[in-house]
Amino acid sequence: MRQHTVKWLKSGDPWIWLNAGAVSISLIMVLGLLLLILVRGMGYFWPSDVLDAKYRQANGEVIRLIGEIDSKEIIPAANARDNGYDIKGEEELVRYLMKVGNRDVYGNDFKLVLKIFLTDITYPEDLIAVERREWGNAYGYLKAVKENGKVVAEGKAAQQELAARIERAVVLFKQIRDIQKHDIGAINYQLERLRLKKRRLELDGVKDPAPYAAIEKQRQAIQKEYEQHRKQMAVLSERIRRDSMQIETMTGQMVEIPLQKVVRAYYPNAMGVWGKLGFYVSKLWEFVSDEPREANTEGGIFPAIFGTVLMVMIMSVIVTPLGVVAAVYLREYAKQGLVIRLIRIAVNNLAGVPSIVYGVFGLGFFVYFLGGNIDALFFPEAQPAPTFGTPGILWSSLTLALLTLPVVIVATEEGLARIPRAVREGSLALGASKLETLWRIVLPMASPAMMTGLILAVARAAGEVAPLMLVGVVKMAPTLPLDGNFPYLHVERKFMHLGFHIYDVGFQSPNVEAARPLVYATSLLLILVIVVLNLAAIHIRNNLREKYRSLEH
Amino acid sequence: MTEATEQKVPLTHAINIEELGRPETSAVEDDADIALKVTDLNLYYAEKQALKNINLEIPRKRVTAFIGPSGCGKSTLLRCFNRMNDLVDNVRIEGLITLDGEDIHNKSINVAELRRRVGMVFQKPNPFPKSIYENVAYGLRILGVKDKRQIDERVENALRGAALWDEVKDRLQDNALGLSGGQQQRLVIARAIAVEPEVLLLDEPASALDPLSTLKIEELIYELKDKYTIVIVTHNMQQAARVSDYTAFLYMGELVEHGDTKTLFTNPRRKETEDYITGRYG
Repeated sequence: MRQHTVKWLKSGDPWIWLNAGAVSISLIMVLGLLLLILVRGMGYFWPSDVLDAKYRQANGEVIRLIGEIDSKEIIPAANARDNGYDIKGEEELVRYLMKVGNRDVYGNDFKLVLKIFLTDITYPEDLIAVERREWGNAYGYLKAVKENGKVVAEGKAAQQELAARIERAVVLFKQIRDIQKHDIGAINYQLERLRLKKRRLELDGVKDPAPYAAIEKQRQAIQKEYEQHRKQMAVLSERIRRDSMQIETMTGQMVEIPLQKVVRAYYPNAMGVWGKLGFYVSKLWEFVSDEPREANTEGGIFPAIFGTVLMVMIMSVIVTPLGVVAAVYLREYAKQGLVIRLIRIAVNNLAGVPSIVYGVFGLGFFVYFLGGNIDALFFPEAQPAPTFGTPGILWSSLTLALLTLPVVIVATEEGLARIPRAVREGSLALGASKLETLWRIVLPMASPAMMTGLILAVARAAGEVAPLMLVGVVKMAPTLPLDGNFPYLHVERKFMHLGFHIYDVGFQSPNVEAARPLVYATSLLLILVIVVLNLAAIHIRNNLREKYRSLEH
Repeated sequence: MTEATEQKVPLTHAINIEELGRPETSAVEDDADIALKVTDLNLYYAEKQALKNINLEIPRKRVTAFIGPSGCGKSTLLRCFNRMNDLVDNVRIEGLITLDGEDIHNKSINVAELRRRVGMVFQKPNPFPKSIYENVAYGLRILGVKDKRQIDERVENALRGAALWDEVKDRLQDNALGLSGGQQQRLVIARAIAVEPEVLLLDEPASALDPLSTLKIEELIYELKDKYTIVIVTHNMQQAARVSDYTAFLYMGELVEHGDTKTLFTNPRRKETEDYITGRYG
């Protein structure tokens, strides 16, 4: 027996088992993480049924509850007894977290209820759930649809009338938002530029009235345009205010909701599986394509996705040439000696510096020093308001470029070292100079290694949050860093970021209960964004590899 | 070497004996046109001397072979001719090497231009990871040739010159790394002759190849010597005997003997040479 064990140990099998076990555990952990995020995040958009029930409170009073069950937990009965509930015999109780909505009426979105005191549970088909632009969801029974305060439809007929009128209101809302964001946004931008131009002239001591007159003329033209838009807005606002709906809440209160505040209204209990699926898809689409509402706890996260991707791209554009040039110098030109060894050690250690330290450096050096000086030199007219002397996407990209530089340098250096000497000599022997050899042979052959470095850099940068909080990320950016106003890419602007969004929604939100699923959904999206960015880079790298297969006999 | 290739060449002992008595004042015939001339060459890698007092003349449009045991300095000497040794750290060269009477270490010499004039083919085929066409065109592009038709023409000529054209003419745009080892080596030769060098240095060009490819390379060398001065390093004595007009035997960094190939193989003047070519050491 003992001999058998010894033989087994010698055969190397235990090592194989150990290694395979380690790989499996790692895989299970990764898959488990993904699964958890997937389930928690994706479940959020599924419309759950809304129940209508009676509930006996601790003081014995029976109230009516309308809402969806958000989550369920098991608590010891003693807990409930302490809260004044009269419970006998039971050891453990099921407690629901119920989303009752109507924050404007009850002051609270959620309510904790004990399962045993819920009675007469029904799921009436005419229960309506209204998603609003403010105050969260509203639940209740649709009583009437009103136009200019006068009832136009009641009861069953109201449902159809409501659907049509909500559609109209949503279209109007979009028009208003477009005018506000694009037309008026552009006008404001132009006005600001004119103001700066004028200020610039004043600062330069220009006395000639001609340029001032020109600016004034332009300003008036823009002002006229603005008036037009303003009138148009007023008309639209008037129209969107026309309709409203009346619902009866669980307390029997009649609540009037203006349709301009409604995103959508639906009857969750009347929806079949397909209806819910359609709803789910539209919610999902809203999530990835729309802007956030209500302190980021509702709506979409498009600006955050956009900001993350744009920041990573600007970072890649900065870090790749910088890292490659540094690696080429270290590997190809520098005389290998003590100094270069020290530099290499320093570069490698840079990768180990905590990222928040980079953030502090970015704030001190990029934002205050560089940005401050740029402002003083090029944008004196905007003073004291900072242009570049404030956190922005450029500084964030630069800070992250610095953070990921070691990765790119190390990967590129390794790629350069792997290129066979014979190939370089072949080029040199043909009369190519060192630079020509580098440019035409060595760098193309090392490009897959550069891409590897970039892939690692992107993966690291896209997930980094801490330094960004110091150098450019904000909770809510009113404008994207890329828009239709010249010069289109506004690198000085602040931006939103998925990683920060997770932190903000999860910890800084006024309505944590409502936002928790959003944390998972956003995490999932962040992972997806990183995966997509990486897949794109890997695809490019594989193509390069195929193209520059080196001599492997 | 297989039997097949060996049989093509008479064994060195069988070469006629009449020439043996010829006086050897110079290694090379007096009337020969000298392309490369080495005078008192010493080469050091850091403190270690790799070449000792080499004096050598390499005649134009002839094949000169360097033979000798591994580490004797034959590749090092070869790499002096196109200054490839410049790329090695801590190398120190003393003495004079002239190409057409010009000192190749002179400051006025452009190394890139020298390397164009003195082409080189390495032991292992080292095509660039580019298409066959681009491999051959590479040197031309480095020279600044822009005209597409001219490049086309010179690529074709070079590939014909390297006896590769018929095999690759239909797939010029394919990656050169898809060629066989022998084809790759001929491609590298084509690449070298595309820039029309005067001298072609071959550093054990067939050592990584199979016998059939070796045979093709040797035939190619035979054809190329009409146009180029060829210096070939080989550790294969039969090969040296087959392809070269002159042979230099190096041993421990010294040039032991240099002369007409036939003479050197049949009637070596020095005992070391005889020992080496008869396989007594090496």
